[in-house]
Amino acid sequence: MRRQRMPLRIFLILTLLGVQPLLHAESAEEKGQAIAAESIARDTGWGDMKADMQMILRNRQGEESLREIRMQSLEQENDGDKSLTVFDKPLDVKGTAFLSFSHALGADDQWLYLPALKRVKRISSRNKSGPFMGSEFAYEDLSSFEIEKYTYKYIKDEVIDGLDCFVVEQYPVDKNSGYTRRLVWIDKAEYRVQRAEFYDRKDSPLKTLTYTGYQQYLNKYWRPDRMDMVNHQTGKSTELRWMNYQFGSGLDEADFNKNSLKRAR
Amino acid sequence: MSRGCQIKQWLPIILLVLPAIGAAENRLETSGKAGLELRLFPHSPQFAEQYDTSNLSGFFEPQFFYTWNDDADYVKFIPYLRWDQHDRERSHGDIRQLSWSHIGDDWELHSGINKVFWGVTEFQHLVDTINQTDGVEDIDGEDKLGQPMIHLSLARSWGILDLFALPGFRERTFAGIDGRLRSGLVVDTSQAAYESAARDTHLDLAARWSRTLGDYDIGLHWFRGTNREPLLLPGTDGGGNPVLTPYYEQINQLGMDLQATLDDWLWKLEMRWRDGQRDSFWALQGGFEYTLYGIADSDTDLGLLLEYGWDERGTRSTSLAQNDLFFGARIALNDAESSELLAGIGYDLDYHSHSLQIEASSRIGSGWKASLDLRLFSGNELNDPLSALRRDDHLQLTLERYF
Repeated sequence: MRRQRMPLRIFLILTLLGVQPLLHAESAEEKGQAIAAESIARDTGWGDMKADMQMILRNRQGEESLREIRMQSLEQENDGDKSLTVFDKPLDVKGTAFLSFSHALGADDQWLYLPALKRVKRISSRNKSGPFMGSEFAYEDLSSFEIEKYTYKYIKDEVIDGLDCFVVEQYPVDKNSGYTRRLVWIDKAEYRVQRAEFYDRKDSPLKTLTYTGYQQYLNKYWRPDRMDMVNHQTGKSTELRWMNYQFGSGLDEADFNKNSLKRAR
Repeated sequence: MSRGCQIKQWLPIILLVLPAIGAAENRLETSGKAGLELRLFPHSPQFAEQYDTSNLSGFFEPQFFYTWNDDADYVKFIPYLRWDQHDRERSHGDIRQLSWSHIGDDWELHSGINKVFWGVTEFQHLVDTINQTDGVEDIDGEDKLGQPMIHLSLARSWGILDLFALPGFRERTFAGIDGRLRSGLVVDTSQAAYESAARDTHLDLAARWSRTLGDYDIGLHWFRGTNREPLLLPGTDGGGNPVLTPYYEQINQLGMDLQATLDDWLWKLEMRWRDGQRDSFWALQGGFEYTLYGIADSDTDLGLLLEYGWDERGTRSTSLAQNDLFFGARIALNDAESSELLAGIGYDLDYHSHSLQIEASSRIGSGWKASLDLRLFSGNELNDPLSALRRDDHLQLTLERYF
């Protein structure tokens, strides 16, 4: 008996030591998903937001073209955000406005207001991969980040620009996405996206997006001042500058309907 | 044209709006556009007095926007001026908008001259009822004259309810005797007649309820008042020449518009029942738009459109689309210049006439836009309104400057 108890105890200890890491060891997929979930959790509860955006489009020859946009968003519980976007430049589309009710899964609801005709048009949201305003940003690059939109895989840790980052691969669930995958660098300290590499439908490197000038609002929510998208296949790039972030302006559902779309200016 | 009369109608509205501006202390925003348009006609005209070969025209449309009370109140003023080389009727001015808006929590009130669009289809706008067509601008019926109105809009959980009181009526504009793109007989707008004794001061009323239900956007409307679309009756002008004279009857109208947005398919339907002095009839316009996104691994989208227009009155119809099929293709390059091409073919199943239209446009620099429009017409039926245009094939070049 005595001789048997010791090996049993040792066996139990060894088993516990062996199983415990196994119980807690995440797969790369789980870790990737957990990182995304944490970044979403840290960016929840902001309520409503307003910001101005400037886009500078550059072609291979360095010729520039400017876009100016104002947008406001309303956070939704258990659904994608609502957003209203108004175009100021180029001048021929001044006053054009875009209303979007995004959904984690399934098609977003989108309406476009054409001021010259005073016409509101419901439009298809199927065009995820198309360029936004002729820029290097696709519509899907600018839509709100929901956990269900991707599956995930943690790749490695890497230090970029002095920041210790998780490197995670994200695979779009939507078959209409223009990408096979995105490789995303998320800093460990604040769970902010620092860089993203986009791979096209043939899995060739397509674009790189770099986030800079993160600032914290309401002592909690981080927003970048600048996002630079470079298209490696065409040599074109788009610089996106964010300005005048405002949180908690008291926007509500009434600011995101067809009437508010029509009077957007 | 009774422009003096229209200004008299507008005066109370202008006087109503001015104190609102005076009481304010905030900012004025100015923007707008100006443009030059050249039309080239390869065929000699069908009717004697019409100009030949080419026509130059220009327009100016500034916009003034003034807001106060934390954007809860604003005034918008959009005057419009067009000059035309040959057609004196086409040289005209209008107040497209001069309105004061007050925005409440779930309601808004717009008072003054304004424009309202209803509908979903592309080739014909059957249910777009409120504003009069500025017929001299273009033949597509998309240019509208400013309409005096008091417009209350309620946005509630059950949808949006728009209520309109429309004091004062705008007569449709028609090309003059020198102009191309007109019927054989000139429409003498100085002889406009009305069913209502109140003539163009009849108070028209309208209501529209609209709502989004999932993938479906639906609108139902009612209108009672002066028909925007005149009957054109044979008559003579002061010199004894045969002309057409517009007659504006009173109508009751019920209608609906519906769009189903299902992935890359847009299904569209507009229906209207109209009860007038002479007729009571149904008309509909319906079809689809199917878009192929990013064709051949490019950023280019190709939209394919098919619509059918029907009017119960058949060949007695005053509408161009009484039994017509429309095919269209829309190509958007999605480039930095927003280059677009739209091609449309209308085929009349009764008269076997057809029209072809190609519109291409692109941005130049930051404030310019160039467009090219090609329009071809065919047809040889006396009763077919389209056949009157059969020698009016033309190429139109437009350069617009935005500021």
